Amino acid sequence: MDFALSEEQRMLQDSISGYLDSGCPLTRVREVAEARDDRADDVWTELTNLGVHGVLIDEDYGGVGLGHLEAALIAEALGNSVAPVPYVASSIMAPTALAAAGSDEQKETWLPRIAGGETVVGVGVTEQIGRRETKGVTASGGKLNGKAMFVLDGASADMLVIAADEGTLHLVNPTESGITRNKLKTIDRTRSVAEITFDDADAEVLPGSIHNREPLLTIIDVGRMALAADTLGAAQSMLDKAVDYAKERRQFNRVIGSFQAVKHMCSEMAAELEPCRSLVWYAAHAYTAIPEEGRLMACHAKAHLAEVGKFVARKSTEVHGGMGITDLLGLHYWFKRIGFNRQLLGAPELVREEAARVQEWV
Amino acid sequence: MDLEYSPEYRAFRDEVRSFLDENKHRAPNATRMIPGRPNSAKDWQQLLIEHGYAARTIPKEYGGYGAEPDILKTRIIAEEFARARVPPGHSGDNRLVPTVLELGTEEQKQWLVPPSVRGEMTWCQGYSEPGSGSDLASLSTKAELDGDEWVINGQKIWTSGAQNADMMFCLVRTEPDAPRHNGISYLVFSMDTPGIEVRPLVSMMGDAFFNEVFFTDVRVPKDQIIGKRGEGWFVANTTLRYERGGLGDPNEAENRLNRIVDMMKRETVSGERLIDNPVYRDRLLKLQGQILAMKFNGMRVLSHNIKGEEPGIPRWIVKLNGCELNHQMAGLAIDILGELGLLYDGSDYLRDGGFWQARYMLDLGLIIGGGTAQIQKNMIGERALGLPKEPKVQDGRTAA
Repeated sequence: MDFALSEEQRMLQDSISGYLDSGCPLTRVREVAEARDDRADDVWTELTNLGVHGVLIDEDYGGVGLGHLEAALIAEALGNSVAPVPYVASSIMAPTALAAAGSDEQKETWLPRIAGGETVVGVGVTEQIGRRETKGVTASGGKLNGKAMFVLDGASADMLVIAADEGTLHLVNPTESGITRNKLKTIDRTRSVAEITFDDADAEVLPGSIHNREPLLTIIDVGRMALAADTLGAAQSMLDKAVDYAKERRQFNRVIGSFQAVKHMCSEMAAELEPCRSLVWYAAHAYTAIPEEGRLMACHAKAHLAEVGKFVARKSTEVHGGMGITDLLGLHYWFKRIGFNRQLLGAPELVREEAARVQEWV
Repeated sequence: MDLEYSPEYRAFRDEVRSFLDENKHRAPNATRMIPGRPNSAKDWQQLLIEHGYAARTIPKEYGGYGAEPDILKTRIIAEEFARARVPPGHSGDNRLVPTVLELGTEEQKQWLVPPSVRGEMTWCQGYSEPGSGSDLASLSTKAELDGDEWVINGQKIWTSGAQNADMMFCLVRTEPDAPRHNGISYLVFSMDTPGIEVRPLVSMMGDAFFNEVFFTDVRVPKDQIIGKRGEGWFVANTTLRYERGGLGDPNEAENRLNRIVDMMKRETVSGERLIDNPVYRDRLLKLQGQILAMKFNGMRVLSHNIKGEEPGIPRWIVKLNGCELNHQMAGLAIDILGELGLLYDGSDYLRDGGFWQARYMLDLGLIIGGGTAQIQKNMIGERALGLPKEPKVQDGRTAA
C-alpha cells in the first residue's frame, strides 16, 4: 500500500514541467492567443520528442504504453503552463477510441501517426453528453449527416473522431467533401473547438463501437480525467501566483499576505485544492486498477475539479487585486482555461447526475 | 501507486473482521459519539486489548498489547470497526497517555498509564481559560510552590467531561516573570482534590458536556508535573499534536455519507423518495466528491507517515476540511428531512435517534474547538504556504 507517485512518475512530471517552463512561457502562450492560432507548433513538436502523444499508446504501435496516471500528470503540467496544444483530444481521447473500438488496420494506420505527432485528431462527442443547437449526427451507409458542436481541437485537426447517434464512433477526414468547419470563438484561446457540419460525408466506423456504447463512454471518461488534471495544474499555478503576490505586494506598510483576510483566502484555496490532487491520482489509477470504480471516479474528478477550479480562479484573481483582471498580468489565461475545462464534456451538474446513475441511485 | 495490501495485511484484515463477526454482540452501545471520550465498557476494552485492537502499541508493562507501531494495522482496525459500526477501543486517553509515555518519569508511567488504558482512570483537559482561548499561551491560572506542594488558583473553561473525569491534566503558570511561553507547567491531579469546583456549562445541544472548573488553593504534590518546570508549553504541544491527529477521520465521513444515502432511499416526501429529488441528490453528490477527495488525501498522508516523511499541506488541511464536511453532512441530513429535521430530544417520529441534529451542533463545536477554523487557516497560511505572521501587537496597544 503506497498512495504516492513512483520515482519514474516524478521524473516524467519534472521533464514535462521542466521543458514547459522554458519552452512555453506566458509570452509564447500570448503569441498563440493573440494570433488566434489553434496551437503552438513548436511546443507540440517538442512534446512529441518527449513521448507525450504516445503516453497511452502501446509500444507495438509506436507509443510509450504508460497509464492513465501518467497521462494525468502530463495534463496537469500542460494546465499549469496553459500550454496551447491539442493534448486532450489528440493524445488522450482519440487513441483511446482507436484502442477500444478500432480494427487492427485502423490501429496500425493511425496510432503510430498520433504517437509521432504527425496526425492531430479532433474529437466530437458533445451531442452524446448534452446536445444544444443541433439534432446531432446520424450515420448510415458509411456517410455522416448532421452537425457536431464543440468538437475539441477540431478546427485544424488532420483527422476527426465523431460520435454519431447510438454512440457509434467514426473516423472522418475533414478535408473530404461534404464537411464544413467553423471554428468557434471561446473564452479560452489556448484550446480550440469547432462546429462541424456533415453533408453525406465519408466516414469509417470504428467497428467495436457498433451496438456498444462502452467505447464512447470510455473516451468521455478519459477526456474528463484529462480536463480535471488540466484544471488541477492550472489552479495550482493560480494558487502559487496568489501566494507569491501576497508575499510581495505591500499596503499599509505590510505585505498583504500578513493580513488574515488575504492569508485566509490563500489557505482556503490550498485546503480546497490539495485533496483534488489525491482525487485525480486515485481516479486515474483506479481507471485500470479498479475498473468497477473507474467511471464514478472519473465523474467525481471532473465535477469536483470544476468546482474547486472555479473557486481558486476567482480567489486568486481577488488576491491580485486590480492587477488580477488586467491583460498585462495574464492571469486570465489560467482563469479562462479553468472555465473552459468546467463547461466541456459535461458541466458539473450533468456529470454528477451521471455519477448518480453509475451508482444506481436513479 | 499501489493500493493493494500485502498478504500479511489482508490476513490481518480478515482476522479483525472475523473477530468482529464473532464478538460484535458483546460491544456496548455508543449512544453518542464524543471524540476523545472512552465510550466502551471496561470488559469490551479488555477484550480488545487482549486481541491487540485497543492500546495496541502501548507497552505490555503499562497495560497495552505491546505491538510494534504499524500505521497500516492501526488503520485497518479503525476501518473495520467503523464498517461494522462497532465502538472502537481506546488507548486510555489519546492526548494524555502518549504524552506521559513520551515525557513522563517511570513512576508516572506506572501510576497513570495502566489504569487509563483499562478505562478506570478517565481524564479531562485543563487548557482553555475565560481570557485564553485561541491565545492559549496567555493563560493565567497560577501554581505556586509551597513546601512540597503546588498551590493552584484560577479558572479553566470548556473542560469536556470534567464532571465525570477522575483526573485532570492542566496547564498552569508557575514562572510569572518568564516570557509567557516559558512560564507554564503541566500538572496532573485528581479531580477529588479539595478546592476544585466543577460547574456544568450547558451547551446548545442541551447537555452539560463542557464545564467551568474553579481552583481555590488546590494543593497538588510537587512531583505531579509532567516534564520540567516551565516547559509545560512544549509538553502541551505534544498533547495537542495527538488530539489533532485524531480528528476528521475520512473513513468515518464516508460511512456517514452512506448512512445519508440509505436514508434518502428509504425516506419519502409527498410520496417521492428523497433520492429522486434532483436538488437533494446534487447536494449529496457534491459532498460525495469532497469526501472522496479527503479520503484519498488521507491515504496520501498515511503513505507519507508509513515512510516517515512529512506530509506537508495534505496533513495541515485535515482538521479544517474534515470538521467542515461533517458539519455539512449533518446539515444536509436535516434539510432533506424537512419538518422531521426539527425533531429532537427523543421525540416521536425522530429519525436515527436524533443523531443528525446532535451532530450538526456538535460538529460546529468541533469546528471551533481544538484550534478554530481561523487558527487552522493561519497555520496553513504561515506554516504550509510560508505567508508572514501578523505583526505583533506591542504592550497591548494596537499596531498603527
